[in-house]
Amino acid sequence: MASVPFAPDVFTWPADEPQLVGGRCGECGSVTFPQPPSCARCGSTAVERHLLPRRGTLWTFTTQEFLPKEPYASGETPETFRPYGVGLVQLGDEVRVEGRLTTADVARLEFGMEMEVVVVPFRIDADGTEVVTYAFAPVDAGVEGADQAGER
Amino acid sequence: MSVAIIGVGLHPFGRFGDTSAIDMGAVAIRAALADAGITWPDVQFAFGGSFEVDNPDAVTSRLGLTGIPFMDVYNGCATAASALQLTADAIRSGQFDLGVAVGMDKHAAGAFTSDPVDYAAPPWYGEMGYFLTTKFFAMKINRYMHDHGISAETLARVAAKNYRNGALNPNAFRRTPVSVEDILASRMLNHPLTHYMFCAPDEGAAAVVLCRADQAHRYTSTPVYLRATTLRTRRYGAFEVHASWAAVDQDDAPTVYASRAAYEQAGIGPEDVDVVQLQDTDAGAEVIHLAENGFCADGDQERLVADGATEIDGPLPVNTDGGLIANGEPIGASGLRQVHELVLQLRGQAGDRQVPGSPKVGYAQLYGAPGTAGVSILTT
Repeated sequence: MASVPFAPDVFTWPADEPQLVGGRCGECGSVTFPQPPSCARCGSTAVERHLLPRRGTLWTFTTQEFLPKEPYASGETPETFRPYGVGLVQLGDEVRVEGRLTTADVARLEFGMEMEVVVVPFRIDADGTEVVTYAFAPVDAGVEGADQAGER
Repeated sequence: MSVAIIGVGLHPFGRFGDTSAIDMGAVAIRAALADAGITWPDVQFAFGGSFEVDNPDAVTSRLGLTGIPFMDVYNGCATAASALQLTADAIRSGQFDLGVAVGMDKHAAGAFTSDPVDYAAPPWYGEMGYFLTTKFFAMKINRYMHDHGISAETLARVAAKNYRNGALNPNAFRRTPVSVEDILASRMLNHPLTHYMFCAPDEGAAAVVLCRADQAHRYTSTPVYLRATTLRTRRYGAFEVHASWAAVDQDDAPTVYASRAAYEQAGIGPEDVDVVQLQDTDAGAEVIHLAENGFCADGDQERLVADGATEIDGPLPVNTDGGLIANGEPIGASGLRQVHELVLQLRGQAGDRQVPGSPKVGYAQLYGAPGTAGVSILTT
């Protein structure tokens, strides 16, 4: 079955070790995610495509425990909605990136814990296409051991 | 040219069926005009703020089509602070002697919704489940609690105080006290924030009449002076709402910069403030904003809240009318509600929720997407 990223060039895919695609300012070196048309620090338009480190540490987190309004497009209903974790992970010393977490169980999350980028299912379209997204998984748990509560 | 507030008016906050935002705005303006002892033809100009209403100036058709300049503003949750500042600046510049700032809104129930690209967020930001202000506030307070030793009980105590204050305010949306236990036990929306720790979008309007300070005594024996109005947007390094990334090199939130500038403009410090209005989008925001506005050091909130310091009869009364948690947030009106409350407090007209000891200095702060803060300082 085909698996398709939710948007082009947000993460490298297909890949055994997917990386997020950010931007690095050619003028001031500021790193952001995703790649922006210009730099948020200095305004330069010389922002280059820049692959971000795969691992980092959990800077903060929360849970999303109610179904977001449109434009949320997971295909879930209030009845089928499953809460998901969201956090900011500091990738290397480059940038803090917001992403879904592979667990929504706060008992399994700690500030500063090591996380890595994984690609997980987000939704199945009517034609059977699996839409995938990036997420952050605790390194100790690995993708297989992660609670998939937030993903479908 | 300094500026005085000579009249304030409010349409209650809550849910009002078919009543339009424009009609609520007209009610608020009429109340403010009556409070100032003037009539609509005395008003030389106005600024109107709203999120839902494209043209708040349509309120003129309810009050009299006098042909005055009436300018509409929208600036996120800082809309009302912007309307107030622009009105004050127009008087400060000498262009006008007397004008009105009004805010009005009528939101549907539930979280606000917009297109994320309008916030410079990625186009997929909403589709993928990130475009939620509640989630941002939860991530900010969760980190803050970790760094500074703030407990979930403190968040619940803040919310309980605001519901309790709202119960004393006939204009509030939520007028039933809620216990700390019930707040903690209510449904978790975004860890660590429960349902009763959040404010809700609702409906309402507020208006303020401003004039040249040297003419204020023509209208009132109790003018309140607007000593500072400041507005700041986020700097690189601030951790802000609706952003898919944050810089590792952290900078302070825009509130910190707006606050410092306001104290400088007013020539006073946080120790001089007697009554405070803070943006309590959620209970955690009130906790963080206490420190961001200079009222305490990071972490001191745990003790201050436990000791009741921020209660109406405490040394640092905060959100005496119930704040956003008890009043809800009609975006265009919210900041002028804060000013309405401060004016009543400084005049000694706040009734059951009057801060004792004749408060002389009031402070109001707004914060909202995509990282904008406004501060106003008022004195007797």
